[in-house]
Amino acid sequence: MTHVPIADQPMDDHHPTSFVAKYVWSQDHKVIAIQYAVIAIFVGVVALILSAFMRLQLGFPDTFSFINPNTYLQYMTMHGMIMVVYMLTALLLGGFGNYLIPLMVGARDMAFPYLNMLSVWFYFVSVIILLASFFVTGGPTGAGWTLYPPQTILPGTPGNEWGIILMILSLAVFIVAFTMGGLNYVTTIMQARTHGMTLMRMPLTIWGIFIASWMGLLAFPALLVSAIMMAMDLLLGTSFFMPTLVSLGNAVDHSGGSPLLFQHLFWFFGHPEVYIVALPAFGMVSDVLATHARKNIFGYRMMVWAIVIIGALSFLVWAHHMYVSGMNLPFGFFFATTTLIIAVPTALKVYNWTLTLWQGNIRLTPPMLFAIGFIFTFIHGGLTGLFLGNVIVDVPLADTMFVVAHFHMVMGVSTVMVIFAAIYHWYPLITGRMMHEGMARVHFWTTFLGSYAVFLPMHYLGFMGVPRRYFAMGDTAFMPESTHALNASITVFALILIAFQAVFILNLIWTLRHGREAGKNPWGATSLEWQTPDVPPKHGNWGDKLPVVHRWAYDYSVPNSTQDFIPQTVPQGEMLEKSAAGQTEGKSS
Amino acid sequence: MNLIARLTERSWDPATSAAAAASATGPEDVFAGRQTMLHIFLVIVSVIFMLFFLTFIAHSQYPGFETLTGEPWKPLASTTQLWINTGVLVLASLMMHLGLTRARQGQMGQAIGFTLVAAFFSLQFMLAQLWLWRDLHSMGHTLVSNPSHSYFYLMTGVHALHLAGGLVIMLGALVLIWRRAAIERLERSLKLCSTYWHYLLGLWLVLFVLLTRSPETYRTIAILCGLG
Ligand code: HEM
Ligand SMILES: [Cu+2]
Repeated sequence: MTHVPIADQPMDDHHPTSFVAKYVWSQDHKVIAIQYAVIAIFVGVVALILSAFMRLQLGFPDTFSFINPNTYLQYMTMHGMIMVVYMLTALLLGGFGNYLIPLMVGARDMAFPYLNMLSVWFYFVSVIILLASFFVTGGPTGAGWTLYPPQTILPGTPGNEWGIILMILSLAVFIVAFTMGGLNYVTTIMQARTHGMTLMRMPLTIWGIFIASWMGLLAFPALLVSAIMMAMDLLLGTSFFMPTLVSLGNAVDHSGGSPLLFQHLFWFFGHPEVYIVALPAFGMVSDVLATHARKNIFGYRMMVWAIVIIGALSFLVWAHHMYVSGMNLPFGFFFATTTLIIAVPTALKVYNWTLTLWQGNIRLTPPMLFAIGFIFTFIHGGLTGLFLGNVIVDVPLADTMFVVAHFHMVMGVSTVMVIFAAIYHWYPLITGRMMHEGMARVHFWTTFLGSYAVFLPMHYLGFMGVPRRYFAMGDTAFMPESTHALNASITVFALILIAFQAVFILNLIWTLRHGREAGKNPWGATSLEWQTPDVPPKHGNWGDKLPVVHRWAYDYSVPNSTQDFIPQTVPQGEMLEKSAAGQTEGKSS
Repeated sequence: MNLIARLTERSWDPATSAAAAASATGPEDVFAGRQTMLHIFLVIVSVIFMLFFLTFIAHSQYPGFETLTGEPWKPLASTTQLWINTGVLVLASLMMHLGLTRARQGQMGQAIGFTLVAAFFSLQFMLAQLWLWRDLHSMGHTLVSNPSHSYFYLMTGVHALHLAGGLVIMLGALVLIWRRAAIERLERSLKLCSTYWHYLLGLWLVLFVLLTRSPETYRTIAILCGLG
């Protein structure tokens, strides 16, 4: 049978021409990536506004009449779920994954373009279903993004009529969308790499996305299973998770279910999920750091292994979210141990990023600023993770603002810093124009300092015992006046931080028309996506011939070379000073 | 090259990296991609059922959980119907296999014939399962009468859904092949289909075994899995 290589089919016979075929029902991975990104950024902004509402209540209790205990819980739930699943996961894998995978591995498109298109449309539908819950009777669910039964289902929890049904449905559709996308990402990386692109020549971005996609494919089923079983408890009266209990004076119809079972299922998904968003970010930040420090990434091979090991270990730590749910001692010991072990490869990555900067020719471009900002916020959040990983330290801190501070630093702020870095870094490729530097710098400093002003004090609030997910503190004697002052100040900074994100959105839109022309490869990067014949790359990416790869992705500042970077497509031995051309080139690390 | 060698490549070193790249193949065949996708998909389905099984075993240790067999009045006390359904599914799998071998020998008409018979048996299996559901339901073993019953309906239902999905995709593929007169694609399509069908047969057997065990066996598994 004839060999028809994946993603190297001739494209000419189906170049879409009409607007609809080109931008709406497109099968081009670049268009799909942008669709994913636009939807994700849009829901992200919705979630950001919800967080502003929550902060208004916490900083200035009883000032705003539209926020009551019910709506507060609903804002909180929707904020968390949107940010983790519908914004971060979709933007990192659906957005960056789609855009970068074929370009960075040298393919013309994803392995299954049609499936890819279905994926983004399923995602769109899941978002519509999710947002629809704001408009149904009772509003969206207020059960918290963890959706723990039995309270999720019982009367008294806001949104227990329609909100929770829509939430479960939306998650199910999202999982289908993710699975279609994930199958594509994984297959493309495994089988559609161009000639010469060995696994260890792939940029770390691809490694991060690759492992994260695998994790998503294996972890989302746990969420799907719990969603199905929860839906059956809710709609058909089964008792998978619902125990016998008395609710508002009436015995419920359920008996024999176990709420703990749900928690295990949820966190078997939930913990890998945090690394599903962290690993692509780890990968992208590595490439941004190397490019803008004009140095090869320190310890490339170790970085790859660390990503793989972190991915595997993340499936063995989930119960550290359940220390206060009750578990026997060996169990707690086991999970505390695995949790602390995972910090080893993580710390290794942090050292290697820092060592990449060491004696680099650092250019403080906007992407670099955000990447360096990430190193700070990630170290910060990672250290508090070590606190929480110990059962004995976690017990008093669980369900306090300390946990909120931890996961926002490590997952919220850090990942978002990388997303910003990545957007500033790859925007010139995507649109052909450079984003405005001045605006970018304002955006960086307000975001970086603002995040610290918001989340650093939360650690102290946690130590003082301020609980999370509370609408109001009431007259709590042990809470000194200063906590209230601190809360008010956090709110003020949060509002400033949120307001300054407008600078970023403005920059995105302004640059589209008025930005400086980027030209080809403005950062002087080595990886394949910058070597396309056209900028921005056209449908099919590579003109009539696939690129051939001759070296790894990190040949920066190679001694004796004619410029300070050598693209992956340049054969070995070329681009060297005449005097050195005879000797072997390259450097070890 | 094996995976370890590929993951230890010193890609920064021009000489060794060039050697490694020489043995790399470049983009693989489209069909290989589909096959990979199917295999990964089956891994995902396995994870889903693995989680069903684990929660089932955990649940079996709670008070009030009734096993499905053991006493004459239990829902699966007699396994005759289960055996019959199993037989039907085995036939479906077998027909699928025959279809594939015929396609390999280039007998396309027969290949399609066997495939359609496989589809027929698969449909038959689903109807028989529905029959079983109806019987149990009328005997008072409903979805909500006990968590074990919920699991029974849930897991057999999800299994049947996978079969239904497979049928839709297989018939769709046949129609496409026929309309585009692309008979040379038949063998590959059938290869993927038969993998899927054999997998679903295997899954059904595991389900069968799991659902008909005794409380002691559940207890043992639970202890082995640390769920006891
Ligand atoms: C050194 C590594 C880390 C350790 C030891 C660690 C440990 C923990 C522990 C023990 C908790 C549970 C706290 C509680 O609920 O009482 C927790 C919560 C959390 N962590 Fe981490 N973590 C680490 C890294 C990360 C990373 C990299 C992310 C995301 C990118 C992350 C995201 C989260 C989130 C979202 C929660 C809160 C979930 C919730 O309760 O709603 N963590 N972490
Ligand atoms: Cu965790």
